[in-house]
Amino acid sequence: MDKSFTERRRRELLVAASLTVAAALVPLFIKNPNVQNIMILTLMFGALSQSWNILSGYCGQISLGHALYFGLGAYTTTLLFTKFGVPPWFGMLAGGAISALIAMALGYPCFRLGGHYFAIATIVIAEIGLLLIQNWEWAGAALGIEMPVRGDSWLKFQFARSKLPYFYFALALACIAWFVTWWLEDSKWGYWWRAVKDNPDAAQSLGVVVFDSKMGAAAVSAFLVAIGGSFYAMYVSYIDPGSVMGFQFSLLMALPAVLGGIGTLWGPLLGAIILIPLTELTRSYIGGSGRGVDLIVYGTLIVVIALARPEGLIGLFSRRKEASR
Amino acid sequence: MTALLETRGVWQRFGGLVANSDVSISVGRGEIVGLIGPNGAGKSTLFNLIAGVLPPTQGSIWFDGEDVTNLPAAERCQRGVGRTFQVVKSFETMTVIDNVIVGALVRNTVMREARRKAHEVLEFTGLAARADVLASDLVPAEKRRLEVARALATEPKLLLLDEVLTGLTPTEAQTGVALVRKVRDTGITVLMVEHVMEIVMPLVDRAIVLDLGKVLVEGKPKEVVRDPKVIKAYLGDRHAVGA
Repeated sequence: MDKSFTERRRRELLVAASLTVAAALVPLFIKNPNVQNIMILTLMFGALSQSWNILSGYCGQISLGHALYFGLGAYTTTLLFTKFGVPPWFGMLAGGAISALIAMALGYPCFRLGGHYFAIATIVIAEIGLLLIQNWEWAGAALGIEMPVRGDSWLKFQFARSKLPYFYFALALACIAWFVTWWLEDSKWGYWWRAVKDNPDAAQSLGVVVFDSKMGAAAVSAFLVAIGGSFYAMYVSYIDPGSVMGFQFSLLMALPAVLGGIGTLWGPLLGAIILIPLTELTRSYIGGSGRGVDLIVYGTLIVVIALARPEGLIGLFSRRKEASR
Repeated sequence: MTALLETRGVWQRFGGLVANSDVSISVGRGEIVGLIGPNGAGKSTLFNLIAGVLPPTQGSIWFDGEDVTNLPAAERCQRGVGRTFQVVKSFETMTVIDNVIVGALVRNTVMREARRKAHEVLEFTGLAARADVLASDLVPAEKRRLEVARALATEPKLLLLDEVLTGLTPTEAQTGVALVRKVRDTGITVLMVEHVMEIVMPLVDRAIVLDLGKVLVEGKPKEVVRDPKVIKAYLGDRHAVGA
């Protein structure tokens, strides 16, 4: 009984390690920069969705405002770099820490809200954040800020000629987000979160401090998302409020997890692998401005999933297990 | 030795409705006490006050020699109050063993220890064979058992059972009764709310009857069932005169 559990955990690690190695080899064969770009974005959104999944999937607090933390990460890194010359590696950690603190400060009032009200509050707060940045002259206001290009450097994390460093960083990000989730899954927090999601009253009666669990989940989730935002800022080297804090980022973090399987270990990555290339391809091949079309595509996808496999695509893999019950 | 649990002059008002008025009861260590009474007598309210779901309007609650009146539910659990819910509240998307691990984490910080404790409790409650099944796939009797298992995993000093034997077939109820006895034999004090008199009366050491929010009668089960006041509360005046 105990043995099968330990074995399953070990197998998950093994699968993850093999996938990482396989993914790391891909760019050696695929040199097309456009395809590499899609792979980078896929890994990044996989990592973001995995982080979103901690608060919204495991702990059940649906956030549609995670763009706020993504933007905070992007802006902190960029501002520290352009205004004070602080290396982005440090800016990344600073952005993560700021986001985690803000997530807890916002959680303090918002976690008293139940269900849909919480989700609505997150949308509103992210929009307020967007408006504040849009009107903040020092931070570039609506025009945004450009990263000064100072030549290829690991310290400054800038590479003009090759996408490979970005690819490997995105891969590392996905690995970290996955591993943190894997590790938390079999910890007190993991059990507390799932208990809070399923039934807060029962959780409380079993000694679970519901408020603390939500705060913990929010902090971890926001920290990791901000790291992703920092990376994105370095990667595109130009940010403006709409392009890092817009509502579409909140959606793009939620959708892969919902598609792949919300509250599951593999769901967000699986969802991202399907959704992000699809989004990028529809954007570039169908219709120039594109935005409408890619939204239609994954809107349809979500409807189909909701009807056919409400637990997400990952459910296809566990069907056998269900039958044996 | 002081009582394990004591309520002192507890009142609970919901707007104009008085659910508990001046309720003072005590439960000694190692006892099985039954809390009975007709519908709307205030049993569930009193239960929730003891478990810490809400603080009483007035009065105080003492557990293990300490005033716990203002402690939230989670903290009371840490001090040794375990409970089940009348309407089962399993963690439906989690397996049976994971449900129990949540409870076991109260006293075990190392995951491996918590898991071992959870297996132990499943063995004790006869759910071991169902460990890896999702809670949503359990039949109602098993779900009630899971409620008990989860609460036991928190290693309580006092176990509050809210109608765990209600709605079961006679055989299931008998296994339930055996389980409650087994629990008491491990040294856990039990306070149970129950409707089914013929099952609960042989099981409990003492019965407390609530009616209209007040303690009506308290005593040995045999005396309680013959008490005219109890018969009146359950069946009305005519029968009380006949008795």
